[in-house]
Amino acid sequence: MKLANRVAALRAFVVKETRHILRDRQTLIILLLMPLAQVVLFGFALRTDVNDIRLAIVDAAPDEESLALRARFSGSGRFTTVATLRNPDQLETRFRRGEADVAVVIAPGLASDLAAGVPARVQIITDASNPNTGTTMQAYASTVVAAWQGDLRGARAGVRIKPDIRMQFNPTLESVNLFVPGLIALVLTMVSALMTAISLSREMERGTLEVLLVSPLRPWQIILGKVLPYLFLAFANVLTALLAAWVVFRVPFRGSLVLLLAASTLYTLVGLGIGVLIAARTSSQRTAMIGTMLGTMLPSTLLSGMIFPVASLPAPLQLLSNIVPARWFIVVVRGIMLKGAGVTHLTTELLVLTGMMLFLLVVATRSFRERLA
Amino acid sequence: MTLAIDVHQLTRRFGSFTAVDAIDLDVQQGEVFGFLGANGAGKTTAIKMLIGLLSPSGGTARVAGFDVLTQTEEVRRRIGYMSQRFSLYDDLTVRENITLYGGIYGLTDREIRERSDAMIDKLGLASSAKRLVRTIPLGWKQKLAFSVAMLHRPSVVFLDEPTGGVDPITRRQFWEMIYAAAADGTTVFVTTHYMDEAEYCDRLSIMVDGRIAAQGTPVELKSEFGVASIDDVFVQLARPAAAEAGR
Amino acid sequence: MRPLLFLLRKEFLQILRDPAMVRILFMIPIVQLVVLSNAATFEVKRSRMHLIDRDRSEMSRGLVDRMTASRRFEVAERSDRVEQGNLGLMRRTVDMVMVIPPHFERDIVRTRGAHVQMFFNAEDGAAAGVTSSYAGVILTRYAGELGARLQPMTALAGARHEAPPGRGQPRVEVRSRNRYNAELDYRHYMVPGILVQLLTIVGTLLTAMNTVREKEAGTLEQLNVTPVSKGVFIAAKLLPMWIIALVVLSIGLLVAKLVFSVPMEGSLLLVYAGAGLYLMAALGIGLWVATITETQQQAMFVNFALLLVYLLMSGLFTPVRSMPEWAQWIARVNPMMHFITLMRAVMLKGAGVMDVARELGVLVVASVLVLSIAVRQYHKGAH
Repeated sequence: MKLANRVAALRAFVVKETRHILRDRQTLIILLLMPLAQVVLFGFALRTDVNDIRLAIVDAAPDEESLALRARFSGSGRFTTVATLRNPDQLETRFRRGEADVAVVIAPGLASDLAAGVPARVQIITDASNPNTGTTMQAYASTVVAAWQGDLRGARAGVRIKPDIRMQFNPTLESVNLFVPGLIALVLTMVSALMTAISLSREMERGTLEVLLVSPLRPWQIILGKVLPYLFLAFANVLTALLAAWVVFRVPFRGSLVLLLAASTLYTLVGLGIGVLIAARTSSQRTAMIGTMLGTMLPSTLLSGMIFPVASLPAPLQLLSNIVPARWFIVVVRGIMLKGAGVTHLTTELLVLTGMMLFLLVVATRSFRERLA
Repeated sequence: MTLAIDVHQLTRRFGSFTAVDAIDLDVQQGEVFGFLGANGAGKTTAIKMLIGLLSPSGGTARVAGFDVLTQTEEVRRRIGYMSQRFSLYDDLTVRENITLYGGIYGLTDREIRERSDAMIDKLGLASSAKRLVRTIPLGWKQKLAFSVAMLHRPSVVFLDEPTGGVDPITRRQFWEMIYAAAADGTTVFVTTHYMDEAEYCDRLSIMVDGRIAAQGTPVELKSEFGVASIDDVFVQLARPAAAEAGR
Repeated sequence: MRPLLFLLRKEFLQILRDPAMVRILFMIPIVQLVVLSNAATFEVKRSRMHLIDRDRSEMSRGLVDRMTASRRFEVAERSDRVEQGNLGLMRRTVDMVMVIPPHFERDIVRTRGAHVQMFFNAEDGAAAGVTSSYAGVILTRYAGELGARLQPMTALAGARHEAPPGRGQPRVEVRSRNRYNAELDYRHYMVPGILVQLLTIVGTLLTAMNTVREKEAGTLEQLNVTPVSKGVFIAAKLLPMWIIALVVLSIGLLVAKLVFSVPMEGSLLLVYAGAGLYLMAALGIGLWVATITETQQQAMFVNFALLLVYLLMSGLFTPVRSMPEWAQWIARVNPMMHFITLMRAVMLKGAGVMDVARELGVLVVASVLVLSIAVRQYHKGAH
């Protein structure tokens, strides 16, 4: 068969695939709108900053010092006093009902104890059921008490070491800046791995793949034909996500768009390899779907550093995360977008991805061929 | 005596397209009534209205003496239905499928047991009763689906292209089952593409483009059109429509 | 009622006969709990530091010692130049740069105040925030330590004749207590939430897929021609999933107890009551998805999109109270958020019925509402 004929055949095939995708409106709309919705949701809703802490104060015998301490809390701007109690009995209920986050219990006789030099007791109780926010709230409350304490002793007594903290590459810790790169990886995984796996296994289920196989097209051409339209869809998704991030949240883009698109292509190919592999190894659409969900979506969200830092994982999972392509890709996207990193800074990641792609494409094509033989 | 199926000016439109255009039908109790038409002529739409899956845009239809629009549940208790697609549960065994439908139609445990034993015996499926339906051959599946549709002894049974894709011997056996059902007093309303099957029917109705183009016994139809077979009748009726579509 | 029994039997047979399904039902709780509860944490184990110590004094070394002794930080690189540190951040060989300025010790002794510069790689955002707060705590503690050490020195040097230190000085004893999760084990907090997510997936996704599958296979049409009523059909679809989801919950609770020693402070009965109510809403949503889709693929996608909103707006990963006001309103109508609150309150804090009355109330309203919408939407025939 002549090259021109092959190209024509391949083109006809790509056109057919594109038609399939365009015809299923519901799925298409979800695929196109999902990145947008996600950027907005992630950007607005996924915040971990702790502010407006609900404070319950137990002050059995108010005096001028306890009032001063209470004023410190209300003046700090972080705390809202939701209850001022005479005794600590009711605290339990407040905590259980989730009505208070922190309680400050001031022992009676604060002013007289201080004057006498007898240790005055102040207790900070925190709802630490969520250890993250618990620790932070605890720290804020301690800071308020410490400042009050410092003033009691007089400014000269205490030593202060002030940290000048600078958050490089994302000074305001805007969560959306961090999520957008992860999101791009997630969407690409979905479009490449999930959609390929499902659409291939559907053709196998229906027997339409056999019809294609008796045609003069080679197996790799069939795969390429399946894959090309999704590649374009993936590009559209990357661009919409970037645009939404920029328009709505002003997420910076410091590096090269060309490099980002090239890396995305690389990553999409990895995803496609996984998709083909899963389709070749499963027997039905349903198992392919669940296989892809468990095999790609779950690791891409949890073991990739997209939301939760890889460094926080326990050692075995950290080790496992190395074989998750998204883990490497996210580093690349963050590097390009937030740091303006170039190829030289990302050599390792890009090489790993290239290796994964070559490996997967070879294995996928082979098991695809076996499956059909 | 009331008619088994009594249809008057029944119409169904989808947007601006009229799939079924004011058809009239009257089918006697115990008749084998053939419902013919080219693909897309509106047969399946008509059947779906008769069994209450689709509401009509106009006209009335009574099945087994009840109005399909207002007394749907009464109708459903008295009809059986076998669709174009095989629709028993693939992942249940032969006996489990029978038991399920027996239970759905409110048969007692004893009735279910007796009737499924008899059915399995009659179909020669004794050795396969515990096999998943997925694993038995298509011909058997079709006969099983028909028997399940007859399980609750309906007064009217609707068969939508029941013999698609089965071999000639099974088709013959299938028609023997249809005749046996009719002999017991069940009205059989059947659509088909096979014109030789049409010859077996008591009466026929041929649908073209949503309308009923001809109705009568096979003998009446052949003499009316002056041809030797129902096949020729069909071709004569369908040709103008096909020519129209081709233009 | 008799038809219902037959339909129920059929559903159970179908579910249990599918080996993939059974495996999924039993594996998902375990995998999810083990992976998610370990992975879903912002806690940072150890940060690699690029150290630039320009003071090289006893105090600056003391600071570095305190930081490494906390096991939260390790010195991975040292240099004298900030550019070198920045390169480390860029290449991700370090997570932070600490610069101790010259005269650090002298400033502390003379002015009781000094500055330390810290640059974090905020690319890993949440991690950077947490790490910086760890560093802040260590600095404050070290400052306190130095303060205590300098006090006698000053006293010795300046005012030998004054009263001994401490007497007459106002003293405060601050005690801090972390309630409900004293060991600050993040997994104890995550597990109850993950169990809810699990119920949601089993309930919503499987109900939708299971119903749409009958649509695809044509068996639904066959059932619709029978006299089985809409209510019976829906009950037959939902009840098995309801029971299975509760079984999955039980497996999950067992794993939580045995593997993670998550406490169960409150009543187990209350957990199940909440789950039973919540599941009605979750199953109703699954049924609703099935009514608006035609294929399993579509059902999965619609579910996926829904679950995403659901999950993000539930407070599972990030606190609802950190969200902007409008997002908090969305969260408030999300039954999942209320059930997660209930689970955490009951399991970790030992909340009783009265403590979670509001959540229970919301769940009742949600399940009635969702189920009646889904049932109304479901039609036996097409139009």
